[in-house]
Amino acid sequence: MSKRIDVKDLNVYYSKFLAVEDVNINIEARSVTAFIGPSGCGKSTFLRTLNRMHEVIPGARVEGEVLLDGDNLYDTAVDPVTVRGEIGMVFQRPNPFPTMSIRDNVLAGVKLNNKRISKSDADSLVEKSLQGANLWNEVKDRLGRPGSGLSGGQQQRLCIARAIAVSPQVILMDEPCSALDPISTLAIEDLINELKAEYTVVIVTHNMQQAARVSDKTAFFNIAGTGKPGRLIEYGDTTTIFNKPAVKATEDYVSGRFG
Amino acid sequence: MSTTSLKASTDRGRAGDKIFSGVSLTAGVLILAVLFSVAVFLLVQAAPTFSADPTEVTGGNGFSAYILPIVVGTVVAATIALLIATPVGIAVALFISHYAPRRLARAFGYVIDLLAAIPSVIYGAWGYIVLAPQMAKAYAWLAENLGWLPIFAGPASQTGKTMLTAGVVLAVMVIPIITSLSREIFLQTPTLHEEAALAMGATRWEMVRMAVLPFARPGIISAAMLGLGRALGETMAVALVLSPGALGASLIKTGNQTIAAEIALNFPEAFGLRLNELIAAGLVLFVITLIVNMIARFIITRHKEFSGAN
Repeated sequence: MSKRIDVKDLNVYYSKFLAVEDVNINIEARSVTAFIGPSGCGKSTFLRTLNRMHEVIPGARVEGEVLLDGDNLYDTAVDPVTVRGEIGMVFQRPNPFPTMSIRDNVLAGVKLNNKRISKSDADSLVEKSLQGANLWNEVKDRLGRPGSGLSGGQQQRLCIARAIAVSPQVILMDEPCSALDPISTLAIEDLINELKAEYTVVIVTHNMQQAARVSDKTAFFNIAGTGKPGRLIEYGDTTTIFNKPAVKATEDYVSGRFG
Repeated sequence: MSTTSLKASTDRGRAGDKIFSGVSLTAGVLILAVLFSVAVFLLVQAAPTFSADPTEVTGGNGFSAYILPIVVGTVVAATIALLIATPVGIAVALFISHYAPRRLARAFGYVIDLLAAIPSVIYGAWGYIVLAPQMAKAYAWLAENLGWLPIFAGPASQTGKTMLTAGVVLAVMVIPIITSLSREIFLQTPTLHEEAALAMGATRWEMVRMAVLPFARPGIISAAMLGLGRALGETMAVALVLSPGALGASLIKTGNQTIAAEIALNFPEAFGLRLNELIAAGLVLFVITLIVNMIARFIITRHKEFSGAN
C-alpha cells in the first residue's frame, strides 16, 4: 500500500514565471524523504506538484512527468481528483474543518465521491485512523466535539488522521511542524517514523535537525537569486547530505554558513 | 518615581481615542432614538384601533379580522419570494465566486450590484406589463392539470395579477441582495479549508459543500433575512402586480393582499380611524419582522460551537 514517485524533467510555472526548473528525483516507496532549502527556493511549490495541488492556483502549470509507480500523474486522461485521493497532503497550518466534529473530520475524505460507509465500519475506521495518528487516547471521549477545539498539535495530528483514513499511497507534508511547539513537534516526528512502515512520506521542512531526525533521504533545493527559478541541487542519503555533501552550497546550508 | 511617571502620563494620542468613542456613542444613541420615536409613533397612532368599536373597523368585525388575512398574505408572498430567491441567489453567488472565469465573474458581479439599485416601481411595472401576461398562460395550465392542489385551484386569473406573480417579482428583487452578500462571504472562505478539501480528492462541488457552504452558513442566513426584510416591506411592486382581494388558498386566482401594499394603496385618502388602522397594520409588520429576525438569530447561535469562531 505504498508507491514510489519518479519525477522527470519537471518545470513548474506560475503563469509565465518559472518557479522551479528541471527537477529529476526518484522517491522510494516506504521511506521518508525530506526537502530542505532556504525560503522561496520552490520546495513547497514542487511538493504541491506531486499531488496536482499546484494547479489549484490560477495560472499555475507544470511541464514534465511525475510517475506514480510508472503512471504519469499529468497524463491528459488522469483526473486530478483521483490523484489527490491516492496522494494525501498535510499542510503547514493545521486545517481541520471547523464546522465538523472530530469524527466527521476523520471521515471527511472517506465520504467523498458518494461513497457510503456503514456505521460500524466508520467507527472502526475512525478508531484506526486516530490510533495511527497517535490521537485516539486524547480524543476518544469527545469525538462529537468540534475539531477546532483541539490544541494546535492535536489539530495537526487530526489532519494526519484525516489523510491516512482514505488509505493513500503517499503522504505529502508541507512544513507540518512549523506552527507547533517542541512537544507537539516530537509527537509528529514519532508519528512520521511509524508512518513510513506503510506509506511513502515526503516532508518539506525548514528545520534541519528535523530532516536529520526523520528522513532516510534528503533533497536540497536552492535558488540562484530573486526572480530566478529554484533548482534541486543535491539529493542523497540523509547521512551523506549532512556529513559529506558533494556540493559546496549544500555544505554551507546544512552547516549554517549560508549567505 | 515610577508611580509619578505612570500618573503623569500625558494626553498625547488620547484625543483621537476620545473623539472616536464620542462619535460612535453618538451614532449608537441616535439610531436608538430614531427607532424609539418610530416605535412610539406606531404605538400611539395605532392605539385607537384596538379600543374602537369592532363594527367601525374596516370589514365590520374588528381589527384582528381585518388584519389576519393580510398578515397571512404578507407572509405567503415573502415566503414564495424567499423560496425562489435563496437557492437561485446562492447558486449565482457560487458561480461568481467559485466557477466563473475571473474576468466574467467581475463583470457579472457588477451587473448583479446594478440590479439591486433598480427602483422597485420599475420591477413592479415589469411584473405588471411583461411577467403577468406570461404567467397567466402558465396559470391556466396549472389550474387544469394541478388544480386538485388547493394552491393551484382554478379558475386561474386571466390577467396573471396574482399572489404567485407578486412572489416571483419579489424574488427577482431579492435575488441581487442575497447574491451580493453571499458572494462576499463565499470569497472569504479560508483557502486553507478549500485546499484541505481538494487535497483529499474532493471535486469542486464537494469542496464547496465541505468548506465553503458550512463556513458561509451564518452569512447566508443573514443575507436571506435582509432579503426577507425587503420582501416583507415591499409596497410599490406588490401594489402594481397584485390585484387585491379576500384571502384565499389559491395562489393563481385574483385575491389576497399584503400589509405593505394595503397601506400604500389606502393611505392617500385615509383619515380618522382608517388612518389609525393602517398604522396599526404597520405596527404588525414591525412585529413580524422582529420575530423573523429573532428566529434567524436563534438558528445562527444554535450552531455557534461549530462555526469555527473558537
